[in-house]
Amino acid sequence: MSEPHPLDASDLEPVHPDRLKVSDQVAIQIIEMNKWYGQFHVLRDINLTVNRGERIVIAGPSGSGKSTLIRCVNRLEEHQKGKIIVDGTELTSDLKNIDKIRSEVGMVFQHFNLFPHLTILENCTLAPIWVRKVPKKEAEETAMHFLRKVKIPEQANKYPGQLSGGQQQRVAIARSLCMKPRIMLFDEPTSALDPEMIKEVLDTMIELAEEGMTMLCVTHEMGFAQAVANRVIFMDQGQIVEQNEPREFFNNPRNERTKLFLSQILGH
Amino acid sequence: MANQAMPFSRSEMLPPEPPPGSAVGVVGWLRANLFSSIGNSILTILALALIWLVLSHVWPWLAHAVWNADSYAQCRQIIADTWGPDAGGACLAVIRERWKQFMFGFYPIEAYWRPTLAFILMFVALAPILFSALPRKMLWFSLIFPGLAYWLLWGGSIFVPIVIYAGFAAGWLGFHLGARASAAFVAPLLAAVFALVWWFFIASPLINLLPDIGLMPVQSKQFGGFMLSVTIGVTGIAFSLPLGVLLALGRRSDLVFVKAICVGFIEFIRGVPLIALLLVASFLLNIFMPPGTNFDIILRVIIMVTLFSAAYMAEVIRGGLAALPRGQYEGADALGLNFWQATRLVIMPQALKISIPGIVNTFIGLFKDTTLVAIIGLLDPIGLITSIRANAAWNGMVWELYGFVAVLFFVCCFGMSKYSQYLERKLRTDHR
Repeated sequence: MSEPHPLDASDLEPVHPDRLKVSDQVAIQIIEMNKWYGQFHVLRDINLTVNRGERIVIAGPSGSGKSTLIRCVNRLEEHQKGKIIVDGTELTSDLKNIDKIRSEVGMVFQHFNLFPHLTILENCTLAPIWVRKVPKKEAEETAMHFLRKVKIPEQANKYPGQLSGGQQQRVAIARSLCMKPRIMLFDEPTSALDPEMIKEVLDTMIELAEEGMTMLCVTHEMGFAQAVANRVIFMDQGQIVEQNEPREFFNNPRNERTKLFLSQILGH
Repeated sequence: MANQAMPFSRSEMLPPEPPPGSAVGVVGWLRANLFSSIGNSILTILALALIWLVLSHVWPWLAHAVWNADSYAQCRQIIADTWGPDAGGACLAVIRERWKQFMFGFYPIEAYWRPTLAFILMFVALAPILFSALPRKMLWFSLIFPGLAYWLLWGGSIFVPIVIYAGFAAGWLGFHLGARASAAFVAPLLAAVFALVWWFFIASPLINLLPDIGLMPVQSKQFGGFMLSVTIGVTGIAFSLPLGVLLALGRRSDLVFVKAICVGFIEFIRGVPLIALLLVASFLLNIFMPPGTNFDIILRVIIMVTLFSAAYMAEVIRGGLAALPRGQYEGADALGLNFWQATRLVIMPQALKISIPGIVNTFIGLFKDTTLVAIIGLLDPIGLITSIRANAAWNGMVWELYGFVAVLFFVCCFGMSKYSQYLERKLRTDHR
């Protein structure tokens, strides 16, 4: 098999297998879920169970519905058929439920989506103060804790526009963590970054994985998938085509579509 | 290093150097901005000639100004005696004589202190809104100020503004009761119902019960001059912004009914001239009111001006909302902020910042449009000019009167414009 590109699994800090424990508690359950954009059938009969502590990487060609799938998990997109149960709560049109689930589920976007009119610190304390009703001082302490964790405490009083892409994405991760989420969703977190900055973001994500965070990542970083994922899911045309543990997935892909995809992204 | 194609590796990095002398300093600035090309140089010289032409006429006119005279004829006599028969000059004596009228209209002289005090307090109330460095506690005064100013200007019982303010408290109560419901629109709806019920059914009997302690009442028809312009303008500005924000949000709402009302309102108001609305306020509203109700004319005008500007404001703010990337909404949603929190904390601060030039444009337009009330017989500065010119002593004057009013308005509007530029600079957080 050819080497993964652009980031090799051996570039990243190795993770000891014992530290990546998965419990048998269910974090997310998706049952027979379907979604349409107008007439277009984007997601077809999705069935997926994510256990607590599990790290799942979702791969697939663009337009395969992988981003839409994880955006359904915190209701940024609405599904029309089937069930999504997050942390024991089913997603319906009840706004209270949606806000509750969103505050338990962190999300990191491709384009960071930091709030440019607020400082880094204010970005991190906004939701804890207004949604969790945490006192300002305590929220700031928590924010500084997580900013230290993503290694940019010294930027706390700057504005997002003054930071590099990689730093902004690490702030976005810290901002999500400040809500003490039980599940983290990553929607192509490194796709908008310069190659030099991809590693610093992936390192942060790996650290998170080591602490047992339940993670659902849409990414093209196959090195990352090999280093931390328990399971890799391959999607095409709105369907889950193949899922397997990473070693098998990369070394022995079964579906023709998967083989073609892997040969295209790894084959040079 | 004989061969250009040799492998090359820099041993030390180049230090930064200052730019060459021709690009900096006064000479550099002149060259870059006034004489960068032949065409540019010609334009510079033409512009200087034009400025000279204007100044050479305006300056002597101002320099020959007469401040002490009883009539236009006397002014002209004094100028002819002093500067020769052909000299022109400004007869500013009319401004001196009618100064109080220009400022206060026919407001009772013994109560001049009331609008003056309200005017000064207005700046105290505006300060914390305009400058965020000031202590936030001052905003409480800004909240009290509208009621206080109303009481100072119109006089009457002190309990009138207090009871009206209590309506907001009722609305707040409604909002908090509604906030527990899961649908986002319940809270504002309950707030509106609570407040309206208070104002329409409870306020009036309550005021009649309370003792009549306060200032001498002043009729709206005694209002006039610059004071009238500022009263209508500032009130219109203060209410058109929040109303415009609500209309803009309503127009983007998913709730079909709310959206239809907002779109209908905005398109109707934008399609009708302000003069028509003012004439409706002046003549037609009284026909529809039950007989005996005395709906104050200035209040009617303020409502019309506010609604008019709010429609424009809504479109300006909608532009700001449309300019925000979808990611900002999603970022706020994904953190679990509800609709009102996301709007207030994330969306509106950014949308309003983008819209500052348009918002201030609308403010300035509104303030200048207050002169249209002259058409329905209110004595704003323009209305006063008509009556001054009808006076035999000042018959035939044009430049001094209209010029004075123009300068008054220019100072205010230029001030707003300057403030908006300051605000834009201050809020620029993206590319520093």
